[in-house]
Amino acid sequence: MLALLPPLIVLCPLAAAAILLLSAGRMPPPAARLLAAGAVGLAAALTLWLAVRFLSAPPPAHRLDVVLWHWLRVGGFDARIAFTLDPLSLVMMLVVTGVGFLIHLYACGYMRGDPDVARFFACMTLFVAAMLVLVLSSDLLCLYVGWEGVGLCSYLLIGFWYAEAANGVAARKAFIVTRIGDAALLCGLLLLATRTGGLEIAGVLRSIQPGGPVAEAAAALLLGGALAKSAQAPFQVWLPDAMAGPTPVSALIHAATMVTAGVYLIARLHPLFLAAPAVMTAIAVLGLVTLLLAAGSALAQTDIKRILAFSTISQLGYMFLALGTGAWGAAIFHLVTHAVFKALLFMAAGAVILRVHHQQDIFRMGGLGRAMPGVFAAFAAGAAALAGLPLVTAGFYSKEAILQQAWRAGPVLWAGALLGAFLTALYISRCVFIVFLGPVRTAPTGRTEASMAIPLAGLSVLALTGGLIEMPDAIAPVHLLFRLLAPVLGPPTTEGAEGGAGVLLLAGALAPLAGIAVAWGLWRPRAGAPAPADDGLARAARAGWGFDAAYGLLLVRPFLALGWLNRRDLFDRVPDLLAAATRWGARLLGRMQDGQVRRYAGWIAAGTVAALCLAVRP
Amino acid sequence: MMALYALVLLPLVGAAAAWLAGRASPRAPWPVAVATLVLLAALLAYITWAVPAGGGPWLAHASAPWIPALGITLRCDMDGLGLVLLWLTVVLSFPCVLLASRDITDTPGTFHALLLATIAGVDGVFIATDLFLFFFFWELMLVPLYVLITVWGHEDRTRAAFKFFLFTQGSGLLMLLSILGLAFVHQQQTGILTFDYFALATTHLSPVLAMGLMLGFFVAFAVKLPVVPLHVWLPDTHTQAPTAGSVLLAGVLLKTGGYGLIRFVVLLFPDAAIRFAPVALALGALGILYGAWLSLVQDDIKRLIAYSSVSHLGFVLLGVFSASPLGVAGAVVQMVAHGLSTGALFVIAGALQDRLHTRDLRRMGGLWPALPHLSATGLVFAIASLGLPGLGNFVGEFLVLLATWRISPPIAILGAAGLVLSALYALTMVGRAFLGPPPGDGWPALPDFGARHMAVLGAAMALLLALGLYPQPVLDLSLPAPLLHSALPHAALTGGPRP
Amino acid sequence: MTAAPAQALLLASMLFALGLLGVLVRRNLLFMLMSIEIMLNAAALAFVAAGMRWHAADGQVMFLMILALAAAEAAVGLAILLRLHAAGRPTLDADTGNRLKG
Repeated sequence: MLALLPPLIVLCPLAAAAILLLSAGRMPPPAARLLAAGAVGLAAALTLWLAVRFLSAPPPAHRLDVVLWHWLRVGGFDARIAFTLDPLSLVMMLVVTGVGFLIHLYACGYMRGDPDVARFFACMTLFVAAMLVLVLSSDLLCLYVGWEGVGLCSYLLIGFWYAEAANGVAARKAFIVTRIGDAALLCGLLLLATRTGGLEIAGVLRSIQPGGPVAEAAAALLLGGALAKSAQAPFQVWLPDAMAGPTPVSALIHAATMVTAGVYLIARLHPLFLAAPAVMTAIAVLGLVTLLLAAGSALAQTDIKRILAFSTISQLGYMFLALGTGAWGAAIFHLVTHAVFKALLFMAAGAVILRVHHQQDIFRMGGLGRAMPGVFAAFAAGAAALAGLPLVTAGFYSKEAILQQAWRAGPVLWAGALLGAFLTALYISRCVFIVFLGPVRTAPTGRTEASMAIPLAGLSVLALTGGLIEMPDAIAPVHLLFRLLAPVLGPPTTEGAEGGAGVLLLAGALAPLAGIAVAWGLWRPRAGAPAPADDGLARAARAGWGFDAAYGLLLVRPFLALGWLNRRDLFDRVPDLLAAATRWGARLLGRMQDGQVRRYAGWIAAGTVAALCLAVRP
Repeated sequence: MMALYALVLLPLVGAAAAWLAGRASPRAPWPVAVATLVLLAALLAYITWAVPAGGGPWLAHASAPWIPALGITLRCDMDGLGLVLLWLTVVLSFPCVLLASRDITDTPGTFHALLLATIAGVDGVFIATDLFLFFFFWELMLVPLYVLITVWGHEDRTRAAFKFFLFTQGSGLLMLLSILGLAFVHQQQTGILTFDYFALATTHLSPVLAMGLMLGFFVAFAVKLPVVPLHVWLPDTHTQAPTAGSVLLAGVLLKTGGYGLIRFVVLLFPDAAIRFAPVALALGALGILYGAWLSLVQDDIKRLIAYSSVSHLGFVLLGVFSASPLGVAGAVVQMVAHGLSTGALFVIAGALQDRLHTRDLRRMGGLWPALPHLSATGLVFAIASLGLPGLGNFVGEFLVLLATWRISPPIAILGAAGLVLSALYALTMVGRAFLGPPPGDGWPALPDFGARHMAVLGAAMALLLALGLYPQPVLDLSLPAPLLHSALPHAALTGGPRP
Repeated sequence: MTAAPAQALLLASMLFALGLLGVLVRRNLLFMLMSIEIMLNAAALAFVAAGMRWHAADGQVMFLMILALAAAEAAVGLAILLRLHAAGRPTLDADTGNRLKG
């Protein structure tokens, strides 16, 4: 019975997507909304029930395997469509269906009035199904199905408003950049499959030999896929542009779920990465670099959604930093809390954007706190969680867990992460102060619908209290999440082994407070309109530190230019050359046939003589 | 089993009937052609059903003398590989006739007759095991298609058709030389003049001779597949061919190249093929990348799809020469999936040309609101073409890459890079044709795909989905049957006798 | 009188070369025809000589055959010549013959 549930949970959104796609836009929008939200809601309810059943009576070894069918079985290679339910996938399922349901509910209000709402929800539900496949798969090839599936939905949804050419370009960019990582991931799968004869995760992990070149290479290739999917340096360029999609899409795909797939992948395969220490170091360093670069960029943005996009990249950097230091549990913890508070921030931002006539520039907003106190409260809750306001927010606890681990791995990593925490508080406070405080610059109209307000309220509560499931020992010895995940990710590291835990905790708590204080000093409501900084540093930060320009100059343009030069196909000229040679030769030979009888006679005579010579030759 | 002959004769009879019907009324040939295809499908279903259980890898057999003085027989054998490709042929004939050729007004009788004659030739190629007979069918499928393109093609049809004819005919000549050479060597050794595939397979060849003869076959099939330096006829031909011709060409005729590589290059000259494999693998990787790269910069939508074919079929070359059952199975799946997805894309491109009177992507854009069904199917098949897991193309590409990785990881990495490029051109095509703002002041009212198109293309999509999620039946069938006489050296390739 | 076949063949080849030279260098059609006649007779002489050498009648048979052939050739050639003249050609120059029409 329990084994039936995971496929059923996947089937709910999948069936909704199929119905919505096949109805080909004939379905009336209310029915489409009801179907989509209902299907994801049903999936969420079933997941909740599954979680209760799983926790109350855990199956042997805390895992439940469901083999659906043999996918490929040929020449000694065997791949199956198979699911595994274990604590890690359960947590991910809860996030995907839970947050996913709230976002669907929100989207019902947000997308009201859009004529193409059936297409929108078809892609959204398809995304939920693909994401569930991704987190449930027990076979890496099956996981790859979900992995590419979410990428496809991301493409379709970023380019949802296709009439705008820029949206299509952004969608394509997102797909292509992640596809580069996917190709690396595929190579990693090929390597693993060649070595182990299959891609079943448990089997692959069993066959790993620590420190060997295979482990290093495979881990590096898989890391490529994870980096691209999770928008980490050097692949981070696609995520800010992906904000071209509708805001619920940004909340669901580009904040809460899809971009965390890389984190999930590494956590799921952590024994492989443990066997590759060099790759682990690379993960930590790349995570830290991304975290700081993106935080700096977020500080200079003017578009509210781009601020949140860079913030997402930066927070994912935290997760990678945690992964690189071996803190799998902390990474997953931060993944969960981040899914909650970032989805909340995006949805609150979306509510703001709807009310101010699709204005996204924060410097044209202002003073919105008085006109929409509910949204303000939700955004503030999310911002506080993102900043990691001590004790009262979920973000504080998850970030604290990462900071503790970073300290263990090295003071430099810890210092970088602490700086990141300061920057995070700084940029999100800047956003809050400019958007919600001070004089009104764009007067909001309308009301925020109930279907949008309810998810905001629910996520606000979670963003503030969700962290209480897992606390540092110095505050209270609560370790619900780590203990739950222990069968998959190993026992939680003993906290507070060193004496300085309290001091670390204090530093981690003070950094966000300092950030907020500095932000208050810089951007508190004053007379006169605030303006974005416009020096060179700010411009570089706003442009994402020039990664886009560099890639364009070094990769995209030369590639396209060379292709354009060769668009007539070099090889096609070879037959042309042959044809020309033939024609030329024919003209040359044709000269012999000029109608001069005497010349003919001469040729005949010469030919006869030559033939005779050949015949007579001994 | 005489039913194998019927596979060839039925379309020929249908061709004659269509031609005669065309003399009676211009509307008559189409129903005749449809009826012929339905009968052909029923016949193939009967052959599939009549396969004796546990009867070995060769599923059906037929033999009759033809020119006894020269040792030429009408020998046909069908194994799983042939069966899969026969089904592909029949399935793809339906969109050709149902969607593309209905609107032919210029001597429709002749058009349908030629179409069916081509199908007859293709059917023959997939079953003939007498090399002379094989060559006969090889030519039979070429000539009607040449006429189809010359008469019913687009603006530059004569040149394109001529190029197509020259390339295929010239390379076919090399194959004929190889066939004759092989037969004569066999005659010298045994005193028997025969063109029988199984007899010739036992010929002892010196390494140099084997390589020479193999190259003759290889060039013929490489032109057809096409392999990159020899692909240049394909973009022109695809662009200029009428829609039905493009679909048939991309969907089925190119597959005869892959089939020939498996049956007559790798199985007939196993040692030479292994020595040649590094070159072939390099050519395969080159084809994948070069085709995708050029596909990206084309402005003509049919040319774009044609170059994407070059890219996709590079995987087939990789799979065939990876010398493992994995690779061959992957190559077959890739051929089937490519036939379905690219065939559908050509239907869509043809429909676009009918409506817009241009193939130029620079003059398209923003077609989605004007043609929602057409655009949606275009998007779907473009996604299939870029190798999304869950659809058939991914299975083929993955298996091929896996087989390739076992012998050469760098080549496999290049192949995987082709996946990035395939996403690039597929999405660029979708973006330029269907998305974005419409040019000028919007599109006038255009007729969208009706139920007939949606049903046929929907069926193709369902087949691709089935192939992507449950390819096991095709995988089981796709391993070529071992040669009857010398199965042992090829056990590695064919996986030995199957249960 | 008996001449060695070798001498007869030498004479024949000289005559043939002379005739060939005439065909190649003379532009007048009449002279070209005459040169062809010489070549034919050279070949006939070679046949006769060979027949003598092998004591076979075949050589003389071939001579008669060539005689007939030469007569026919001369008739056709001269007829063409006369037709050309009748059609109003002012010259017998063979090099202008490539401007024929029809």
